[in-house]
Amino acid sequence: MNKMETALHELSQMDELAAQSSPIHRLHPAAKLLTTIVYIVLTVSFPKYALSGLIPMVLWPVLLFQISAIPVRTCFYKLRIVLPLVMAVGLFNPFFDRAPLLSLGALTVSGGVVSMVTLMLKGLFCLMASFLLMATTPIDSLCSALRKLHMPGLIVTLLLLTYRYVGVMTEELAIMTDAYLLRAPGQKGIHISAWGSFLGQLLLRSMDRAQELYGSMLLRGYHEHFHYAEAGPFRLRDGLYTLGCGLVFLLLRFVPVTRLLGSLFVR
Amino acid sequence: MIEFQNVSFAYDKGSPVIRDLSFRVEDGQSVGLIGANGAGKSTVMKLLLGLLTGEGKILVDGLEVRKENLFQIRRKLGFVLQNSDNQMFMPTVYEDMIFAPLNYGLSRPEAEARVDRALGLLGLEELKHRHNHKLSGGEKRMAAIATILAMEPEAILMDEPTAALDPYNRRIVINIIRGLSQTKIITSHDLDMILDTCDRVILLSHGELVADGPADAILRDKALLERNRMELPLRFSGK
Repeated sequence: MNKMETALHELSQMDELAAQSSPIHRLHPAAKLLTTIVYIVLTVSFPKYALSGLIPMVLWPVLLFQISAIPVRTCFYKLRIVLPLVMAVGLFNPFFDRAPLLSLGALTVSGGVVSMVTLMLKGLFCLMASFLLMATTPIDSLCSALRKLHMPGLIVTLLLLTYRYVGVMTEELAIMTDAYLLRAPGQKGIHISAWGSFLGQLLLRSMDRAQELYGSMLLRGYHEHFHYAEAGPFRLRDGLYTLGCGLVFLLLRFVPVTRLLGSLFVR
Repeated sequence: MIEFQNVSFAYDKGSPVIRDLSFRVEDGQSVGLIGANGAGKSTVMKLLLGLLTGEGKILVDGLEVRKENLFQIRRKLGFVLQNSDNQMFMPTVYEDMIFAPLNYGLSRPEAEARVDRALGLLGLEELKHRHNHKLSGGEKRMAAIATILAMEPEAILMDEPTAALDPYNRRIVINIIRGLSQTKIITSHDLDMILDTCDRVILLSHGELVADGPADAILRDKALLERNRMELPLRFSGK
């Protein structure tokens, strides 16, 4: 399997995860989507030095991993490319912000280190939450939920079609890569001199395909309005889940839970 | 009834791809549109569907193919594309099949009933909730046909329906086509399939109608086929 085929395989693994059955999978997609959005917004809104306040936010993804029976290892494996990039965001903070912020025994920790760790955790938690949403909700249900939340139809349609065709384009790329490597013995990858024509070919193929695809949509009566899968009714349990999670997130965000817990043990 | 009246078409002021083409397809007929590469078969389909606009007149059930009639005309015509990946753009077979009925104003229960009917007709019930990108080539082709059947069109147009299929899946698709009661226009290089599914053949060469008649007579005419860069179907060639 070349890299493209591996990517394709991983994409279908996400579909398989989303097709499983668990209490989280069975929730209404709008409930999961709303909860994830609230979680991400509140997580990102923590101040840069609020490390102790941020840590309890990990509880929600951890609980979700447990209930939905999705292995944490799978999450980290799938995020292996994007995770280091997100984690690298605050990497230079320790060099710019050297003012001491706290002491751990004899060790003085600067504000830069704390803000770096805070940023890394924010990135990690948000990625885990997004992964969990994708791994417990099929893409068509997610699009239906987005429309219910009044996301513009054009954007949702683009998302849906991109998801559908990312696999097809990856297949095309896999075929092109194989064809190249079969005629370029001894090369480990595609030589930089061929990148331009590779991308050009891919673009041309994409445009041809897009044209034919749009024709196919028109021939089946498409006229501005796209119909999505019906996600079923929004039940009481979905409302309770959304409300409950929202309240807990707000509590964790605005009440210094860790400090209160600590004060029980340390005077 | 489908009728071409003196239709011509050229891409970007180049030389004509279709030249003064006239023919008529009666309701219920199965017509094979054959010709060598570049003969204009796919262009004829696109003109009929209003994806391209040429000179002359094309009528579908008396309605002229022009912008204001396209919605009605396309409701009558189901087009099975050569590349099923371009046709199956939704994540699952079910979503793809229900796309057209919903667009044509059916309620979801009515549309679902059509989907089930089409799947039942082709014996493809197990594909209903499968993801499109996980289907094999043969399954994709059959699902693409089911997608069109769910529209319940009056005529079905097919572009190379057996291309890139293995013999087993090819035979299944041929049997499916034979079982369809609608008017059919099929373009293909697979002349054995045309012989199996069509009672009439229209032979195009360089955008012109060269022959139009019973499939059996035209597909046995070795000289005619060879003059137009084609070969006898395998069963007549004695190979």
